[in-house]
Amino acid sequence: MTPELVVFWLLSVLTVASAVMVVSTPHVVHAALWLVVTLGAVAGCFLVLTAEFVAWVQVLIYVGAVVVLLLFALMLTRSPASTTGATSRNRPVAAFAGFSTFGVLAVVLTSGFRGIVLDLDSQPDQLGGAAPPERIGDTRSVGEAIFTHWVLAFEVLSVILLAALIGAIVVSGRVRDRDRQKAAAGGGS
Amino acid sequence: MPLLQPLLLSSALFGIGVYGVLSRRNAVLALMGVELMLNAVMLNLVAFDVWLRDSLLTGQVFTLFVIALAAAEIGLGLAIVLRLFRAYGTVDVDALADDRRADPVHVT
Repeated sequence: MTPELVVFWLLSVLTVASAVMVVSTPHVVHAALWLVVTLGAVAGCFLVLTAEFVAWVQVLIYVGAVVVLLLFALMLTRSPASTTGATSRNRPVAAFAGFSTFGVLAVVLTSGFRGIVLDLDSQPDQLGGAAPPERIGDTRSVGEAIFTHWVLAFEVLSVILLAALIGAIVVSGRVRDRDRQKAAAGGGS
Repeated sequence: MPLLQPLLLSSALFGIGVYGVLSRRNAVLALMGVELMLNAVMLNLVAFDVWLRDSLLTGQVFTLFVIALAAAEIGLGLAIVLRLFRAYGTVDVDALADDRRADPVHVT
């Protein structure tokens, strides 16, 4: 058993255990904090799989931004800490759906990719014609790939982010204005 | 390292995410289940990228795109949840589905 396999096993156990806590803990804030553990463990898996830049982006954006956004939303919606986090009554159906999804995926992936061994030390192939990067997952090689071959997708993605930004402002800001107008007109409900 | 190990981890994560989306009553917690599923997909992409050793780094670049799209999705989703809370006073998706209140209670 190689060291990276041992580390990946430990990270797998941590990921699955904390993900189960995310979907099962009755405290909503605890769910967000367990989500931090899950996302951090997935970032560790990326590191073991030599995707170094992706791992740090995961830490920055997911652990840094998305979880903070979720915590803000939990506090703005003033969720009572122990009641609205409870699971709904269709829990057996949800458990069945989750287990069957896992079962189907596991059977398909096992039958398709059994016996393939990842080589974490090799260099990339030279089919692209470009000079091979030093290491496959570091910042330089990923940046070169994004800003040469994937630059159009990158620009489209920035437009999508702008659209989502405008959409979030429009969706979350309109109600208060309308209520204020209604209250100013004397017809507030 | 066998390729199957990250694949099985990602399928377990995806199943847990499906369970979380379907079983949680709080809309924000349902969005956390969506995040778990997106992480499972990202793990799959990275694993296949490491297996194929593509010189264009397709899997890792797509993983970065998925991260950015997830950030956009969570921002928009939380805006919708906040609007839902202002209009109905709750984020309990079961209550929202059961009551089917036609006119929202305007919170001033």
